[in-house]
Amino acid sequence: MSQTFRMPEGGLIDRAKPVTFKFNGVRYNGFEGDTLASALLANGVHFVGRSFKYHRPRGILGAGAEEANAMVQLREGARTEPNVRAGQIDLFDGLTAASQNCWPSLNFDLQSVNNLFKRLLPAGFYYKTFKWPLSMWLTYEHVIRNAAGMGKSAVKKDPDRYERMNAFCDVLVAGGGPAGLMAALTAARAGARVILAEETAAFGGHLKGRRYRIVGRSAMDWVRETIAELDGMANVTLLPRTTVASYYDHNMLVLNQHTGDHLPTAAGDTPRQKVWKVWATEVVLATGSIERPMVFGNNDRPGIMLASAAQAYVNQFAVKPGCCTVVFTNNDSGYEAAVDLFNAGIEVAAIVDNRHERSAAADAAEGVGIEILNGHVVYNATGSKRVTGAEVMALDYEGETLTGEHRTIACDFLCMAGGWTPSVHLFSQSRGKTLWDEGLAAFLPGESFQRERSAGACRGSMGLASCLRDGAAAGLDAVKAAGFGSASSVEAPVADDHGPGALRAMWKVPLPPHTHLKQFVDFQNDVAATDIELAAREGYRSVEHTKRYTTLGMGTDQGKTSNINGLAILAGALGKPIPDVGHTTFRPPYTAITFGAIAGQERGHHFAPTRRTPLHDWHAENGAPFVPAGYWLRAQYYLRDGEGMWDAIYRETVNVRTNVGLCDVSPLGKIDIQGKDAAEFLNRIYINGFAKLAVGKARYGVMLREDGVVFDDGTTSRLGENHFMMTTTTAKAAAVLQHMEYLLDVVWPELDVHIVSVTEEWCGIAVAGPKSRELLSRITDIDMSNDAFEFMGVREGQIADVPGRIYRISFSGELAYEVGVPADWGRHVWETLMAKGEDLGVQPYGMEAMGILRIEKGHVTGGELNGRTSAGDLGFGGMLSSKKPFIGQRSLSKPAMTDPERKMLVGLKSVDGKSRIPRGGQLVESPGAQLPMEMHGEVTANCYSPNLKEFIGLGIVKRGPERHGERLWAVSPITNQCVEVEICSPHMFDPEGERLRG
Amino acid sequence: MRITCPWCGERYLSDFTYQGDATVERPSDPDKVSDAEWHDYVYLRDNPKGWHDEVWHHTNGCRKHFKARRNVVTHEIASTAPMSGELTGGDK
Repeated sequence: MSQTFRMPEGGLIDRAKPVTFKFNGVRYNGFEGDTLASALLANGVHFVGRSFKYHRPRGILGAGAEEANAMVQLREGARTEPNVRAGQIDLFDGLTAASQNCWPSLNFDLQSVNNLFKRLLPAGFYYKTFKWPLSMWLTYEHVIRNAAGMGKSAVKKDPDRYERMNAFCDVLVAGGGPAGLMAALTAARAGARVILAEETAAFGGHLKGRRYRIVGRSAMDWVRETIAELDGMANVTLLPRTTVASYYDHNMLVLNQHTGDHLPTAAGDTPRQKVWKVWATEVVLATGSIERPMVFGNNDRPGIMLASAAQAYVNQFAVKPGCCTVVFTNNDSGYEAAVDLFNAGIEVAAIVDNRHERSAAADAAEGVGIEILNGHVVYNATGSKRVTGAEVMALDYEGETLTGEHRTIACDFLCMAGGWTPSVHLFSQSRGKTLWDEGLAAFLPGESFQRERSAGACRGSMGLASCLRDGAAAGLDAVKAAGFGSASSVEAPVADDHGPGALRAMWKVPLPPHTHLKQFVDFQNDVAATDIELAAREGYRSVEHTKRYTTLGMGTDQGKTSNINGLAILAGALGKPIPDVGHTTFRPPYTAITFGAIAGQERGHHFAPTRRTPLHDWHAENGAPFVPAGYWLRAQYYLRDGEGMWDAIYRETVNVRTNVGLCDVSPLGKIDIQGKDAAEFLNRIYINGFAKLAVGKARYGVMLREDGVVFDDGTTSRLGENHFMMTTTTAKAAAVLQHMEYLLDVVWPELDVHIVSVTEEWCGIAVAGPKSRELLSRITDIDMSNDAFEFMGVREGQIADVPGRIYRISFSGELAYEVGVPADWGRHVWETLMAKGEDLGVQPYGMEAMGILRIEKGHVTGGELNGRTSAGDLGFGGMLSSKKPFIGQRSLSKPAMTDPERKMLVGLKSVDGKSRIPRGGQLVESPGAQLPMEMHGEVTANCYSPNLKEFIGLGIVKRGPERHGERLWAVSPITNQCVEVEICSPHMFDPEGERLRG
Repeated sequence: MRITCPWCGERYLSDFTYQGDATVERPSDPDKVSDAEWHDYVYLRDNPKGWHDEVWHHTNGCRKHFKARRNVVTHEIASTAPMSGELTGGDK
């Protein structure tokens, strides 16, 4: 299709580079340098979407971040992105986009029926109608959310790459318009490290969309020269397509750089986006201002746009938004826009100015013959899918009622110039307080809270010449504050200085008597003036509450065009001055940042480290699937040909009790402890004594938290007088180390103890089973005989010709040893054990078998060390030393810790012998009893024991040890299981422990 | 937020772990304090507005604990010091 509305020349587009794109399935043409919005307008397309609540036809309102209507679904498949503002999409060849909020099509939308009932859908409608009964809200909400639409998130994995950057600078300048350029130039010439971030593809800000002159030439010439100078300086980083999104404390700002969004796909070294964290010594905010819409009837019709946007489409993109326009203004900006549109060959049917006094700005417009209607307003717009005319009436002098004859002026687009809202978002995020300016009818930055200053339109300096001067002054102030005391000022170039002049604020256009027209304030969320007034009548006084009740400013545009109009209407309804009502809090980010960019490279398996044991590859080569344990991957079981999972697990379990098994226990936390007070330190952190532990012996220890609850357990061995090796559980390894460091740094700095984590330095191999002694004696020079190497002994020696340690400790309850060798020798030692033990029936066993073995023995792990159980609860009461103080001891006298009703560790057996005890089941007397019923305890572990040949488990039960033999029911409503269990001793296999000492 | 570790220098927040109120001291002999005093030590912490002396741990660095005087309203850090040192500055 031809670009009917493209002007034959002019604009900042590259006519040598035509591109094609698709919108709602239709192919269109545009040029490089276009945005999707400008290219659609070049093809005469205004109607691009439907509104959120009423599904009214909507067009293109703005030309950038302020856009509240033209939100599109950009791209398809895995790269699809919802709610993208058409004016912020740089056009590329092959771009596809589609309308949102419409079904089955944009032109024929079923839910636009909502529009017919709009008087029945007032503010807070959902809350009022669907809130009760509460039980139905979830059902209603589901339907409402579906109907409410908005765009759709991609469901496929994001194929793009994102990066995160950290940067430091002396001066960060946010905004590449005239003020920002002058500030950056001033700071850069002083030699400071400057970062200049500009939201759009090209620097220049509003200058791109104006026909201003600087030193007698096109302002854009000056922009290009300035950028060329900055680009040539090594101390300057220019970041186009980069939004300064968030301002945090310590002058840390977050920037979102769109490195690849303007490309068909970001390929090679180019990520799709980067998120920068910038630590700036000083900040200059030059974020400009956003024009406000006028609030008149049906002001949301496609073809009704901001005057500044129309000006930008004509000047920057050489696109005529239509053939004939009416400009509705309350300040001088509308006149400047009207003249630019006229010069582009557009018929300007009238300038409708609500001010009764003629402005000097009217001269140029009148000079070209444009009709000017002072003291008039547009009170309604006609048309449906495109505006067809402006209904105009005269205004009385007070501005309260309409008078005289009504007149309809035909037009195919309508420009609104409702004054300017300085973009104080970043200033406000930096915790600066805003001040109301009556002249501009807007909030301006007040006193700074952090090391920043605002320059140009964002602080109310509206004309070009004043923006340039302001930017130079702010740049000088910033660079001096950053330590460049001798910096010299840069003279601002001579420039035109069009200001908006005196503005006549009119927050809502009066309507003729007995007319009801929707006057939209927040286009994106379909909030009309009457909704805000209704909220005020219903008692809403706070602007924050009104926002949430009416959803004013809660759309993805965050009310960039609606906030001031909305709160002014609220102030009017409450009869309060606007500054008394105030504005809602500006929260980061300025515009949305995609989750991919926030995550950066930390996604998938890069999100957290994957820890592999020294034996990982062996496990993988031998049929083991892996199970995550914290960051570790541990071998779950070792599948042989023809086996199912349970076959393998039970085979491994039985083999440990009959022959010998090997288990990779490398992930257990290992902390090397040295120093002359090491024994004393251990004495203070374990509930049991360690001071008298002999060299060459290991001891099982339990640690408490200061509140008396069990923290962790493990064995600690004394390798020398002042040298210990502690093991922790895999899960608590980091927490235990930090706990010990805290105690040594903060509580007992006088102790001479040094600790270091050596988890990864050692490969740990459990050798368990009746034939473990025989196996180990074949490969070590250590005397393995029962007399020479007693239970809980520790020996150092050669193991498979590698120096290492053997600990005679047992988690399985069998005669067992744990071998520790340097990590790099782990595989060699493991393979030697496998080879030398072949005739003994050696087999590896995984986490599943280890879990069953420990349940059979009643050994506790994470399920029982759950942050609520005491030492007494778990059967460690006898270990509590009374001869020494230890962490947590003082809390043991708390009433809760001595409560006889505490839940304590027990074993559980399935009564019918064939039902698995449900995991996490609650233990009750009778499953059929009246609710609420007493909870006697809970199941903490369950399994089938191939050695006992029955279904068993562990649990914690009130007064558990007194209740062996009693029966309860383990119920799990989630899995609909209910199994009768008998309470027994947790030591279900070899309760006397003869096997491990033999 | 950036914090100056007394041993390593200025680093970003993600290096550190907050480890509690530096003004709270563990009773040197827990058996000598009343149940109420022990309860206060284990469970109760003040939440002062403004300047606050805190213990931080350089978890992803030197792994030492140190003290920092931080304004919990502005996140300004007046000074940091080793556990045995003195904090200065702030309005305290």
